[in-house]
Amino acid sequence: MSELNLEMVNEDPNPVKKKHNARVEIDGELCKECLLCIEVCAPDVLKVSESLNKMGYHPVEYIGDGCTGCGVCFYVCPEPGVIRVFKKNKVA
Amino acid sequence: MAKDILEKPESFYKVFERKSGSNKLTSHYCPGCGHGVIHKLIAEAMDEFGIGNRSVFISPVGCSVFAYYYFDCGNIQAPHGRAPAVATGVKRALPDSIVVSYQGDGDLAGIGGNEILHAANRGENITVFFVNNAIYGMTGSQMAPTTLIGQKTTTTPYGRSVKNEGYPIKVCELLSSLEAPVYLERVAITDAKNVMKARKAIRKGLQNQVEGKGFSLIEILSPCPTGWGVKPVEAKKWVEEVLAKNFQLGVIKDKTAEAVPEVIEQKKFTSEEISKILGASKNGSDFLYDKPDVKTNYQNPRIKISGFGGQGILFLGQLLSQSAMRSGYHTTWLPSYGPEMRGGTANCHVIISNNRIGSPLVTETDVLFAMNLPSLDKFENDVRKDGLILVNSSLINRNVKRNDVEVLYVPATELADEVGNTKATNLVMLGAYAAKSKIFSHDCVLFTANETVKRKEFLKVNEEAFRKGMEYVLNNKQKENKEYDSVIFN
Ligand SMILES: Cc1ncc(C[n+]2csc(CCOP(=O)(O)OP(=O)(O)O)c2C)c(N)n1
Ligand code: SF4
Ligand code: SF4
Ligand code: SF4
Ligand SMILES: [Mg+2]
Repeated sequence: MSELNLEMVNEDPNPVKKKHNARVEIDGELCKECLLCIEVCAPDVLKVSESLNKMGYHPVEYIGDGCTGCGVCFYVCPEPGVIRVFKKNKVA
Repeated sequence: MAKDILEKPESFYKVFERKSGSNKLTSHYCPGCGHGVIHKLIAEAMDEFGIGNRSVFISPVGCSVFAYYYFDCGNIQAPHGRAPAVATGVKRALPDSIVVSYQGDGDLAGIGGNEILHAANRGENITVFFVNNAIYGMTGSQMAPTTLIGQKTTTTPYGRSVKNEGYPIKVCELLSSLEAPVYLERVAITDAKNVMKARKAIRKGLQNQVEGKGFSLIEILSPCPTGWGVKPVEAKKWVEEVLAKNFQLGVIKDKTAEAVPEVIEQKKFTSEEISKILGASKNGSDFLYDKPDVKTNYQNPRIKISGFGGQGILFLGQLLSQSAMRSGYHTTWLPSYGPEMRGGTANCHVIISNNRIGSPLVTETDVLFAMNLPSLDKFENDVRKDGLILVNSSLINRNVKRNDVEVLYVPATELADEVGNTKATNLVMLGAYAAKSKIFSHDCVLFTANETVKRKEFLKVNEEAFRKGMEYVLNNKQKENKEYDSVIFN
């Protein structure tokens, strides 16, 4: 059973500074711009892209640094396959 | 064991093939819709319990009507509000399956209020996910039973008022007054914390079923940005700040610890046993009668039998159908119940066919049994050209008006009287039809009648009545309207 480390999100006062070995991947073509992920991302490492996807939404993108791998964006995202969170930054 | 990668659960289809349009990787839900989040949590739990290959997901009517596009498991889409009844059927027929009844608030608390109440009261070992978004999302934001007081919807444009629409229904609290339910919890799709609580509750609901503990229902307060006319982030806040204040979050009832797992002993029948119970058998056993050669015009009949309630209409249909079964035909029997049972007109539909039958409903009719005048009046015109009408001429004092059908006038009630029981009219008619159509062997019909009739003192009368009908047809060949015009009326 995978358990999320919610405390990490809620209690770390300055999470960006900490070095986390994690990253998030977002398939912009599947994003519907609801912005729920941005709302919950504590280190604030997600932003809205200026480009449009085929559905006509501005998809969310990862700024490329600072993801803690908390996984919260994955769980609040209503779409099945937009977000993938790599808790340890494994290079495939 | 913690997962290193969070990604689309495997219990979702890789590609949503049944979804129309080019994008087969997204859901059909609006941006920010709670259904999507809940689907993901359920799919993830299915993955982790490894139950995908034995789960049956019952989709409701509502925005989640298409849930079967997404879940890679058994899927059934139920009529509005009836998911708990369908789930009950699936679970009882397949006790090893994991059955999910997924329902909206209109579906579960509105039109299906009765279904859920009784499924919960029976303590069915199923898991219900009740998505409460306080509105009818799919049909355009009408008031739901869970709509809050003062909440504006298209059908409560000034806000729901207690005087007009009553109070919001608290489903968990309502069901908690019942003895049987094992686990009732209300959660909400809002921030990370609440989503994780929802995740836990969803898993527990499924786990209870896996362990055979009984009825679990998770009520999930869920954002509907479109229905509420707000942005997704505001919708989420409204769930947290308003909806969750009106519907108390948390465990409402939990008997999981003391619940005794149900041991299901499902009797397994061999195909021989089933054949025996049904009185039918495959390969040349004593039950099977040969199919006689039947004239083309009498093959594959779609039959309508109609008369007074009490004339044994439904029973006549059963005898036809069961004789057909014993002769190796495909057959259906569709009774019409209702106020007819109290002395009005009763009717039933029977189809006998060499081929598989699509619908048991008979509209265009090959054979009509008119046992009384209203039946002839009502159904005469439904008979196809060259079809057959059997008229109980004891009670019908007119000729058939059609001249493009074959008619057999049988004074069935009088003939039944002759054998000493007016009630055997139906068997006289059956005898007449059997002799005319030769669709089954007479032995087969008599055997069926003997097997079916419960009160053995009627056996002899029935047999005599059947023979009367048969003989009447065989000995009165001259009375048939061969050319459909020499109608004899007596
Ligand atoms: C028998 C029947 N009555 C009415 C409808 C129309 N109808 C379709 S969805 C719906 C309401 C669904 O609301 P809810 O269950 O809350 O689902 P949501 O869309 O909000 O998820 C209604 C009334 C129907 N399809 N079938
Ligand atoms: S996992 Fe998602 S929410 Fe968590 S830090 Fe990374 S991007 Fe933000
Ligand atoms: S939650 Fe999902 S769909 Fe919504 S903006 Fe973020 S990535 Fe896009
Ligand atoms: S109308 Fe509401 S419930 Fe339906 S898909 Fe849209 S947001 Fe979801
Ligand atoms: Mg609803």
